Amino acid sequence: MEERRINVVVNGEPKSVDVEPRILLAHFLREVLGLTGTHIGCDTTNCGVCTVLVDGLPMKSCTMFAVMCDGHEVTTVEGLGMPSELHPIQQGFREEHGLQCGFCTPGMMLASKAILDENPNPTEEDIRWGLAGNLCRCTGYQNIVKAVLWAAEKMRSEGGAYTLETRSRR
Amino acid sequence: MAQALDEIKIGGLGASRKRVEDDRFLVGRGNYTDDFKLPGMLHMEILRSPLAHARIKSIDTSKAWQIPGVHMVLTGDMAAQHNLAWMPTISYDTQPVLATDKVRFQGQEIACVVADDPYIAKDGCEAIVVEYEPLPVIVNPYQAVAEGAPIIRDDKEGQTDNICYRWEVGDREGTERAFAQADVVSKIELHYPRSHPSPIECCGSIADYNPATTKLTVYMTTQAPHIIRAAVAIVAELPEHMIRIISPDIGGGFGNKVPVYPGYVCSILCSILLARPVKWIEDKTGNLISTHYARDIYYKGELALRKDGKILAVRFHCDSDNGSSFSDAQPTKFKIGLIHSAFGCYAIPFGYMTAQGHYTNKAPGGVAYRCSFRVTEAMFFQERAIQAAATDLGMDQAEFRRINLVKDQQFPFRTPYGFLLDSGQYEKCLDVALNAIGYKEFLREKEEARSQGRRLGIGISTMSEPLGAGNSREYDILGIKMFDSAELRVHPSGKAILKIGSKTQGQGHETTFAQIVTHELGIPAADILVQHGDTDNTPFGMGTYASRSTPTAGAATAMVARKIRAKARKLAAHLLEVSEEDVEWELGRFYVRGAPNNGVTIQECAMAAYGNMPDGMEPGLENNAYYDPPNFTWPFAAYIVTVEVDPETGVWDVLRMVAVDDCGVRINPMIVEGQIMGGMTEAYAMANMQFITYDAEGNCVGSNYMDYLLPTAWETPGFELHEVVTPSPHHPIGAKGIGECACVGGPAAFVNAVHDALDDTGVRNIDMPLLPHRVWEAMKYKRDISGMPPLKTDGG
Repeated sequence: MEERRINVVVNGEPKSVDVEPRILLAHFLREVLGLTGTHIGCDTTNCGVCTVLVDGLPMKSCTMFAVMCDGHEVTTVEGLGMPSELHPIQQGFREEHGLQCGFCTPGMMLASKAILDENPNPTEEDIRWGLAGNLCRCTGYQNIVKAVLWAAEKMRSEGGAYTLETRSRR
Repeated sequence: MAQALDEIKIGGLGASRKRVEDDRFLVGRGNYTDDFKLPGMLHMEILRSPLAHARIKSIDTSKAWQIPGVHMVLTGDMAAQHNLAWMPTISYDTQPVLATDKVRFQGQEIACVVADDPYIAKDGCEAIVVEYEPLPVIVNPYQAVAEGAPIIRDDKEGQTDNICYRWEVGDREGTERAFAQADVVSKIELHYPRSHPSPIECCGSIADYNPATTKLTVYMTTQAPHIIRAAVAIVAELPEHMIRIISPDIGGGFGNKVPVYPGYVCSILCSILLARPVKWIEDKTGNLISTHYARDIYYKGELALRKDGKILAVRFHCDSDNGSSFSDAQPTKFKIGLIHSAFGCYAIPFGYMTAQGHYTNKAPGGVAYRCSFRVTEAMFFQERAIQAAATDLGMDQAEFRRINLVKDQQFPFRTPYGFLLDSGQYEKCLDVALNAIGYKEFLREKEEARSQGRRLGIGISTMSEPLGAGNSREYDILGIKMFDSAELRVHPSGKAILKIGSKTQGQGHETTFAQIVTHELGIPAADILVQHGDTDNTPFGMGTYASRSTPTAGAATAMVARKIRAKARKLAAHLLEVSEEDVEWELGRFYVRGAPNNGVTIQECAMAAYGNMPDGMEPGLENNAYYDPPNFTWPFAAYIVTVEVDPETGVWDVLRMVAVDDCGVRINPMIVEGQIMGGMTEAYAMANMQFITYDAEGNCVGSNYMDYLLPTAWETPGFELHEVVTPSPHHPIGAKGIGECACVGGPAAFVNAVHDALDDTGVRNIDMPLLPHRVWEAMKYKRDISGMPPLKTDGG
């Protein structure tokens, strides 16, 4: 199939790549760019393990074509925080045991990021509603909700020190 | 004076240690099967049958072969040339790899295409033309035994009906005598609907056959890599030492990733034929309609009761719907798993049960979905029957349980079906739960609410389940006994690598198993690396399922650490220049009896093992242990749920959920609680929404996440957790299994609560799932709702 050139900024790095128009964003990130932190679960936009941020908004990358991201910015879990410098959301998931098998975790954390970007002081209900597009089979969600509350408090106490643009450039 | 080590601080037993696994998962650096990319790797996709029962008239693959980038189109006939069109199941039946004669369930594998990328492979599947001749379809056990039913497994010589097994256990005559003396006989019929474990990550494999070395390496989503290696050796007729199974990080398993699936076998065959690595990653529909389901059992049971509440005997029959193959993942001699563990926590003198299995045109399976084999069904039937019996006697449901629960002084307790319960404080657990929920206050509140037209209900579920298969006298799979293993290597600097025969599917073995070593040796948990899931580099084990990792591999870990400590003691005596008998141990350190300041650390002993061992001592500080458990561990749980049912809509909301778990000694309380909450969510899901059914044509309803409903953060209730600790008397550190208790005991608590809210309607049973319209129909028309939606067995 004829390929098309797309220009997309992924985790702060500009990329210019030729892709098949039918390739899904999730496959583009995983197979073309080697960013395997974005997982694929259900193919029907239900489970949310493929959630990434496109221009800061949570999107399910298994039901979006890579060509639709031409001219846009994509953030994956690899852009959230590095091992030496975890984002508060990552720290929250660790502290509150918000993950078990880890498969839903990247999508869950990026959806959490979108919640906190919009509302730095969410209630438990806000978080549960905001995460309703992300399935987890291991944890029962209670600790995920606690993890997001933990992160929210930490981010408020540190006053917006966490902007992805500065953190994700390697 | 040397400072004593603080076991909690160094991550030992009882520490809520943060997880080691999280380091990679949090930054997207997990290694799941789909994340591996090998040089020259090709991609495989599977073509599945759209029909549930049909004769295959022809398969035309010519157009698929013509697509640029397609390397292989494999059909059943081609697989048959390598003796691989069929494969054995764990329950001594056969299952097709790729269909040759007929398809027997919707989603059955017909062909597969290997191509440069998965998109081209999918194109190839779409280009295959299959001609079918449809056959009559059977979708439940009653149709299977009806007169004139087509024989589904006509491929099997001598198979003249659709029965795949008959089984019985217990004391039939004794039970009959007890029933003759009963004041009341309480009967109930129940169905545990078909469900699918549905881990978010689907199944997949990368087979890499190297024709130069003849070594086959398979990366795959399996909970039991060593068993898979044995199975591959048998199925593919390859030498076992030339097969390496690597099970990397798994995105959840819950029993779904125990069996051997056709996709694995096809990727292996294609890799051998093409001499290139072949990757197969299943899609969600493929996973839901073809890989092993769970449950789907019909129960008819009765309890013989004395007026004062004492249960005299229990008798029941189960009809299981096994799908198109008898392929239950279970120990060999038990044909319906451990379903006879039902009613174990009650001191019932007599019991008898029978069971019959049926072939139907549905996906095969019968895996232990987050439970020991068929134990979830057992405990659900038990607790629904117990509630019905309390109702029949007009007794309070908590009091009825209390009268019959096994008492503390009765352990070890032999159940009428032959199990030996190891330990417990059942009444104490019940009391903790009743206090936590405020039982009496709630009953008053319920009555008050009822007078205002509101429907509140409270449901109890108490149960003990057999976890940690098995003891090898009774439990084996394919003739291999169900023990487990651990190997410990302590390096000169005192850092260590622990290799276990079990395998994590998300429970956090890399974190908790190090804690067991820390408890035994005093080496900080941070200094211990836990490895698992690679058959070339770990000792033989049976894998993770049936909550067996801690009871078996965890026990082996403690035992190997004790062997290491025994050798370290000799080294310590040498270093301290005293006799071994004069050496005392405290956590992490040996010292001379009576002179506590004169000691050596375990790390100093490790160094001596490589540089300063006594004459005649073998160098090194490494060992292994194989642990054959003498019995199951028997955790106990008391779960109580309160609900409010909307009288207008049948929608029910959980008001509170209290869980009291006694899983013995808790290695890592944080992880234990995580397991309980996860299991309880699956229990809630099954009571509420999560089921798979089939229409009359055998179309699977629940073949994707739009139809197969899993609870999200929004509807999942909050959980209140409590603990009671009764150490297992036979486990080296007193631990019992915990990963599955809530999933096993939980569903009945939710379902009993909804029934309690309807206790003035005469409704005796609504089968799961308790969808609002079913509850509404029961409430409105005051009648039972049986069977699966949309098919009903009651003709209603």
